Amino acid sequence: MASQPTHAGQDSVTDRVLKIIADNQKKDVSVVTVESSFEELNIDSMDAVNIVFALENEFNVNVPDEEMKNIRSVRDIVEGMHKLVAESPDGPKAA
Amino acid sequence: MRRAVVTGIGVLCAIGRNLAEFRDSLRLGRDGASPLHNPEPGGAAWNMRFTTAAQVRDYNAIDHFDPKAADMLDRFAQFAVIAGREAIRNSGIEWTPELRESTAIVTGSCIGGQSTEDKGFVEVYRRGRPRPHPMTIPKTMANAGASALAMEFGITGPSFTVATACASSNHAIGLAANMVRTGMCDVALAGGSEATFSEGVLLAWEAMRVVSPTICRPFSKERNGMMLGEGAAMLVIESLEHARARGAQPLAEIAGVGMSSDAHHVTQPSAEGAARAISRALADARLAPEAIGYVNAHGTGTTVNDATETWAIHLAFGGHAERLAVSSTKSMHGHTLGAAGAIESAAAILALREQFIPPTIHYGEADPECDLDYVPNESRAWNGEYAISNSFAFGGLNAVLALRRLA
Repeated sequence: MASQPTHAGQDSVTDRVLKIIADNQKKDVSVVTVESSFEELNIDSMDAVNIVFALENEFNVNVPDEEMKNIRSVRDIVEGMHKLVAESPDGPKAA
Repeated sequence: MRRAVVTGIGVLCAIGRNLAEFRDSLRLGRDGASPLHNPEPGGAAWNMRFTTAAQVRDYNAIDHFDPKAADMLDRFAQFAVIAGREAIRNSGIEWTPELRESTAIVTGSCIGGQSTEDKGFVEVYRRGRPRPHPMTIPKTMANAGASALAMEFGITGPSFTVATACASSNHAIGLAANMVRTGMCDVALAGGSEATFSEGVLLAWEAMRVVSPTICRPFSKERNGMMLGEGAAMLVIESLEHARARGAQPLAEIAGVGMSSDAHHVTQPSAEGAARAISRALADARLAPEAIGYVNAHGTGTTVNDATETWAIHLAFGGHAERLAVSSTKSMHGHTLGAAGAIESAAAILALREQFIPPTIHYGEADPECDLDYVPNESRAWNGEYAISNSFAFGGLNAVLALRRLA
């Protein structure tokens, strides 16, 4: 088990985030990338809430309301989850 | 006042995935009961006293909805949309922007999406999750079916949902018919839907001790409770002029609507209250009691309902009561709660159109307190022009529809 966030660990967070987004949007994970826009993936505001709910369960973290308002893209979600996972008491373990 | 006619019907329940199957099942007296499919494996509901129900079998949401849309709708709202699609298809309506604006949607549901809510609460209370799924609120709301129908067909007229327990969809259809009659809209999509099979909801029914642990036998001496069912029915209702103008064939007329409140007791029905709703439906249709040939009864199969309803029919029909054919189709499709009025109105319209009376199945020994002709066990041919469909809710809220055959 890694004692600090590694490149592989960070990829794992990204992959898990992308998979959750793909599952929620009922799309193949291959079409969901960090560069995908919400428009491309048909993510509306309710979808964003559903995705964040699933991520909270997946990573055992709590996304504050003010962070929710800043989510505009897949990249925002991926970067936000990396930050939360790093700050989480479960941090590297969750990753 | 304009005349409100039915030009399309859609049905989904334990004895029919569509109107044609439903009709065949009514004619053949098919039993919708099967071993209860429990939604929560290993949960407390596994030890319930009742073990059968009239569930919609082999249902896969993704056969009817794209996977994302299926996720957004509770089963009860999915049923509403499926029945609505069939009703609209059968009506032959062709949408224009103007027609969409002058079309109403009135749905009934007793518990709405409580199954979704229940699953969410299992996650929170039993599994210790911090919160239920974010879609819990919009999936649970009782108007989810009406809203989904509006979005599916782009219907932009007055739309809402009525919740009067087991009379919900009779109230909905009655209101919709009156909206058409008074000119508030030209067309209305009205009916009800219900999907009651989640662990907590099932246990709540068991706690009331009104569900039969064996077989649902409405009006029989040995009756010991209802059978829970699920499903939906939707009717396309429009003014007679509107139907004629577009060349549609009316299936039946909603000739009269009667409503009343018992103001008596939360679960014990009152014969006087029920009789008043029947008499008002007849008066609204300008019919003498003698005009009616068939009564689709509320007929839940509980000791109290069936005796009280029998007395109500005596009160409303006087000496004509003994010449009526009275049947409980709940013996076949179960008590579908907020969908009951709609499914049973569909049954009554089929009875009028095809001139057969659906039976009360599992009828056994006669009960002196239930002394009418309940069309025991086998459907029969008849020749009649008018039927009524009764719905009486917990809380003492009653709604009765008087239906006329239109050849």
